[in-house]
Amino acid sequence: MIARLLTIAAQEFRLARRNLWVVLATLALAAFALALGFLGAGQGAALKADVLSLTAASLSTLSVYLIPLIALLMSYDALSGEVERGTLALTLATPARRWELFAAKFLAQAVAVGVAIALGFAIAGAAIGATYGVSAAGLVAWGRLVGSGLVLGAVFVAVGLSLSAAAGRTATAAAYAIGCWLILVVLYDLALLGGVIAAGDGVFTTDIFPWLVLANPADAFRLYNLAGFEAAPVSGIDGLARSLPFSAQLPLAVLGLWLAVPVAVGMRLTARIVP
Amino acid sequence: MTDHPILAVEALDLRYGRLLALSGVSLRVAEGERVALLGHNGAGKSTLFKAILGFLRPAAGRLAVAGHAPGTDAARRAVNYLPETVAFPRSLTGTEVMRYFSGLRGAGRGDIARLLERVGLAEAAHRPVGGYSKGMRQRLGLAQALIGAPRLLLLDEPTSGLDPISRGEFYGVVAEAAGRGCAVLLSSHGLEEIEHRTDRVAILSKGRLVADGPLDDLASRAALPATIRVTAQDGQADLLQERIGGTRFNGCRLDLSCPPEGTLKLVAELAGLPQLVRDVDLHRPGLADLYRHYSDLAAEEVQP
Repeated sequence: MIARLLTIAAQEFRLARRNLWVVLATLALAAFALALGFLGAGQGAALKADVLSLTAASLSTLSVYLIPLIALLMSYDALSGEVERGTLALTLATPARRWELFAAKFLAQAVAVGVAIALGFAIAGAAIGATYGVSAAGLVAWGRLVGSGLVLGAVFVAVGLSLSAAAGRTATAAAYAIGCWLILVVLYDLALLGGVIAAGDGVFTTDIFPWLVLANPADAFRLYNLAGFEAAPVSGIDGLARSLPFSAQLPLAVLGLWLAVPVAVGMRLTARIVP
Repeated sequence: MTDHPILAVEALDLRYGRLLALSGVSLRVAEGERVALLGHNGAGKSTLFKAILGFLRPAAGRLAVAGHAPGTDAARRAVNYLPETVAFPRSLTGTEVMRYFSGLRGAGRGDIARLLERVGLAEAAHRPVGGYSKGMRQRLGLAQALIGAPRLLLLDEPTSGLDPISRGEFYGVVAEAAGRGCAVLLSSHGLEEIEHRTDRVAILSKGRLVADGPLDDLASRAALPATIRVTAQDGQADLLQERIGGTRFNGCRLDLSCPPEGTLKLVAELAGLPQLVRDVDLHRPGLADLYRHYSDLAAEEVQP
């Protein structure tokens, strides 16, 4: 079992590397982090915060868009593409279990996205630290960003793989992935903001809204990062969510749930694929 | 055929929703036997393969691979498969593809070089599959199907798109596997290709098995008539047709249909009419005619 899992995971990781996914994602993440760090450095003095902490805060808002996109782009084709190319039939004709296939692909792609996040942010963090200095608080904020970023990447790899298993065809899987990104990352927040504006100080804003924000994995990631950082200039949904009535660790638990459910659902869906 | 076939299919029904894709199919393949499964596109060949692999669940009937239910560990270890169309990841090398499937089958890596060598890919082993020709990709597929000395080889139209020489080599490798005791079931579009290369032919038409036996048996059972094409002497065509019947073509030619056992007598009769007959041409039914005969038989049966 372990041998088969490692065989599939090793091939999947090799493909991600050969297709230049890891390199491109690393470069994109490093470039955005460097741009935010150096262009936003001027605000540091005004806000009495070090540049590394400040960049971590603004980067957590940007990562909410980038990391899910990278993870979904890497994973949406992983099962549907193999159905179309005929290789899934070959793999499933061997003693490999379907859950092993899903688990191995998930592991490899989560590691691939994770390597890109860790490397990209490490490069940017080192450059910013070397230029503007490093504080303990800055390092902690950066560490939280990278750590929760790894989890966010893994969540969307699991979501992308599940969509791939559900779609069966690559074109459909691509549509599902883009739709999922739009809904979870863009439209969800807009709808919530609309709700808050419409409800004013009503029950929705005080009792329902905070939990709805928490329920979205992208928002949970952002809440976790911003909750540990007082001086960050935040607006929109982050500002509204600043005074939320729950522990700062709860968003992490939500991310954990968002990891477990798509993995379980994805394994069920993979079991139903007819290659 | 032995009492313990490697592949045993009995009265198999398989449905896609309301469509009955396979109906009452029974087929056995013994150790070391090569069976060709013939049929048009959509006849149910790939569906049967998917059922044998455990990807599709039968609606009725029984299926066993080396005595085990399809999809079980023991059945999966016994069977190796080459699908009709397979595109290995372009950025992997031939050796990497082989390592992957060896890993999944729990076979050592020691055999990889030998298998690649056997299918003529030794030199290309470390090149990316993206640069392979169609024939090379198909040969890599065959090498992959030979990993771990399988007991049953399922080859779904393995030679489509191969040139005649590659085809010959392909069947050579298949014969070696059969020689080691591996049962082989391979699907194909035409009889010409598998003549002399398989032990038995099974013909599938509209989801039903309409023929199963050695090619010679099928031919004698079908008893297809021979066609005798007669060219008349100038101006004698009308008279000749009056004497022997047949269908007229372009003024001087007649086509006669004749049961196999009657050809000699008819030809002798024609030879005795030199004043009327200028030439005689005998056409024995070919493999394509035989295949059409069995396929059409099924079509007639299902018509109301």
